Amino acid sequence: MNFPLPNFLPALPEIFLLTMACVVLLVDLFLTDRSRGATYILAMASLLGVCVLIALSFSHSRILTFSDTFVRDPMADALKMGIMIAAMVSFLYAKDYLREHGMFKGEFYILGLFGVLGMMILVSAHNFLTVYLGLELLSLCMYAMVAMQRDSAIASEAAMKYFVLGAIASGMLLYGMSILYGVTGTLDLGLINERLPNVQDKILLSFGMVFLIVGIAFKLGAVPFHMWVPDVYEGAPTAVTLYLAAAPKLAAFAMLMRLLVDGMASLHGQWQDILILLAVASMAIGNIIAIAQANLKRLLAYSAISHVGYLLLGVLTGTTEGYAASMFYALTYVLMTLGAFGMIMLMSRQGFEADRLEDFKGLNERSPWFAFIMMILMFSMAGVPPFLGFWAKLSVLQALVQSTGLLWLAITAVVFSIIGAFYYLRVIKMMYFDKAEDSSALIASNDMRVVLSANGLLVLGLGLYPGLLLAFCLATIVSP
Amino acid sequence: MEQILFYIFATMVVLSATMVITVRNPVRAVLFLVVTFFCSSAIWLLLEAEFLAIVLVLVYVGAVMVLFLFVVMMLDINLARLREGFTRYLPIGAVVVIMLAIMLGMLVGPEHFGLDKFEAPARQAASYSNTRELGMVLYTVYLYPFEIAAVILLVAIVAAIALTLRRRPQTKYQDPDIQVAVQRNDRLRMVKMDAEKRK
Repeated sequence: MNFPLPNFLPALPEIFLLTMACVVLLVDLFLTDRSRGATYILAMASLLGVCVLIALSFSHSRILTFSDTFVRDPMADALKMGIMIAAMVSFLYAKDYLREHGMFKGEFYILGLFGVLGMMILVSAHNFLTVYLGLELLSLCMYAMVAMQRDSAIASEAAMKYFVLGAIASGMLLYGMSILYGVTGTLDLGLINERLPNVQDKILLSFGMVFLIVGIAFKLGAVPFHMWVPDVYEGAPTAVTLYLAAAPKLAAFAMLMRLLVDGMASLHGQWQDILILLAVASMAIGNIIAIAQANLKRLLAYSAISHVGYLLLGVLTGTTEGYAASMFYALTYVLMTLGAFGMIMLMSRQGFEADRLEDFKGLNERSPWFAFIMMILMFSMAGVPPFLGFWAKLSVLQALVQSTGLLWLAITAVVFSIIGAFYYLRVIKMMYFDKAEDSSALIASNDMRVVLSANGLLVLGLGLYPGLLLAFCLATIVSP
Repeated sequence: MEQILFYIFATMVVLSATMVITVRNPVRAVLFLVVTFFCSSAIWLLLEAEFLAIVLVLVYVGAVMVLFLFVVMMLDINLARLREGFTRYLPIGAVVVIMLAIMLGMLVGPEHFGLDKFEAPARQAASYSNTRELGMVLYTVYLYPFEIAAVILLVAIVAAIALTLRRRPQTKYQDPDIQVAVQRNDRLRMVKMDAEKRK
């Protein structure tokens, strides 16, 4: 028998990352605990390598390969670059934290690399099978990373909850996929989109679609499928929380785009209603419950839920501008969340987590510079101009106002964003106007100081030139 | 004939699956799960998917279930404690399940399925080999998903080892190196002594 050999070149970054992850796995075996830093350097080098590979072959059109199960388009490349950078930054922030907490093991980086591979597969999926497999690869790594601190009861509980709820969500997703497969007779997202208008049984179609959206909403952490988010964020070691709060959000956004826009664009009228419900509930619950939180990791978890609500707003408009605005929002959110968790890790030291709000009291006296960085991040998350978060919210709202009949949604979003400003501003008040309970100086390695400062300043700098990132997002979404 | 067979096996699947979650003894639950898998593989056979039927029996019944039995027998699971919350959560759970079942039934009832909606696939000739057809596409058309599945299995191994492997100095273990290098003198001590006199 003969068959046409698939074109392997578009998947070169994935193949490179898989090879490197296996190399790191083998090299790590022969390292002693003292030379474990080599694993870290190799992991960073692999991510950098993938980044370079993508940048060198940045695509301008849509390429399908592996019997149309793999797609490479500008959006995929842009999101993959974002994922690489987010993963590199979280590895860098995590290094000192892991050392201080006796968790500096090769497995963190190995599972992290495989997780990144899962995200890349998800971003480039063009078939139900690849969507599901990429998602499982990513989730499996994250479950294990959350559970890695074995002696901590709260981490084990978080891992258990995450695993059980994740399995249920995967089941829902698979059920929806099987129904859609039964109705359309194909797993290929492009073919599904072509065949949807010819399907007779519309009820069965929307039935399958609902289950699909439940699966996506769970992975995004949208209300009412958000139960796992606060517990996992709080229970997991901060290094792991940082990893799973940042890059996977980009992958979940890509999954939303692939399934709903690539696969079911013609059903837009139906999934729009569901997304509106999810978005409003997420903005409401996320912003209101965050006010009551005393733990900063939990607070950021609820803030993540509310940000997901805003992210959904752009996608549900169903316009190119809306998709680009959502992508802009996702990238902005990842940048801000990296900085916020980076700050928690900067403040923590051996035996001290620095995850309560009180720990940030009087930060200005202890380190004016990092109090300033944290202020930028909090203002940006709250959506205060001229920081990046404001422009992200603005572009999403603009997309809403431009599409017909969604003005009320834009107004609702603004109201909830004002409610949300309260708890971000409270952190700033604590840093600048409260007395420090603990006056020890911050200890951190130089690379972390530099990257964290750059992270904060980038939020400010990109906020001053907001057109750059938005134009980039628009260019990557338009082209297909 | 085929229909009767289908109904027999389908009933057995449903009954044994119910038994899995209702019997008190976990070993029996695992054995009922074996029955469930057997009957579902019979349903695969009715669908002319003989490869899947064989794999289900070989992998699930042959390997996975044996492991399950080992785990169940080795762990001392206190069932009374697991059942503690059962009655407390039963009412709300029952309400949710019944509501969901009614809603699903109303929305996508039997009128959405059936042969007039979905045509039955054409019969294959006797020489048709399901295994061969799967083999033709698994490494060609489905190469990419297949490779990802392999990576998932690798990650599962890494994760399982990372979560369970810990150095525990106080545990007793055998060192084959020492076992092999053992000398006669380590095991047996020759003692010279005079014969005891009968008293």
